[in-house]
Amino acid sequence: MAAGPGLESLVDQTISVITNDGRNIVGVLKGFDQATNIILDESHERVYSTKEGVQQLVLGLYIIRGDNISVVGELDEELDSALDLSNLRAHPLKPVIH
Amino acid sequence: MKSNSPPPRTVSSFHFRRIYKQTQKTHPPFLGRAIEIMLFFSYFKDLVGREVTVELKNDLAIRGTLHSVDQYLNIKLENTRVVDQDKYPHMLSVRNCFIRGSVVRYVQLPPDGVDIELLHDATRREARGG
Repeated sequence: MAAGPGLESLVDQTISVITNDGRNIVGVLKGFDQATNIILDESHERVYSTKEGVQQLVLGLYIIRGDNISVVGELDEELDSALDLSNLRAHPLKPVIH
Repeated sequence: MKSNSPPPRTVSSFHFRRIYKQTQKTHPPFLGRAIEIMLFFSYFKDLVGREVTVELKNDLAIRGTLHSVDQYLNIKLENTRVVDQDKYPHMLSVRNCFIRGSVVRYVQLPPDGVDIELLHDATRREARGG
């Protein structure tokens, strides 16, 4: 019944998920459902701070509950490899306030 | 994956009404959701292909071309750029994204994308009971 956009086109692609608490998790989308619950393989979290460069924490195989997801972005590998993460300073994203 | 070719770019009342009627047939009102959502769903479908800026509840603002929308008003944008890229470099390498409907605060539309009279009309009709 669900027409319109699904995450189907992003399966097996590297994606960047922004969660409601402001975290950024990058991984390979393996599965999803109607509630936008997501299965992410080879995932790592990118922690942004103003004091040091971007930290990458390896997480592995994750299920992220749909309630907690804000944005699912398709990561462009070329653009991503051009980024110098160790020199990137930024405030962490704000949490979602309903 | 179905390809979504954008409809002809006329924001004419005829076109919107057709999509609205179509949506009523394919998406009968579902449990617990207001019938008004049908109206905005149809309205966004009419806007596919336009540039919009989506402001989220975490203050992030993403500009892009509206690719598609679904019954939950989840939005898929193409060719995305974050509005304040220096402040929010978190999505620098993302060009297409899926935004969950529940985190959208505003959808900023092109001024010529809004036919106020039409929406006003349709909303009045909804309020009256369809």
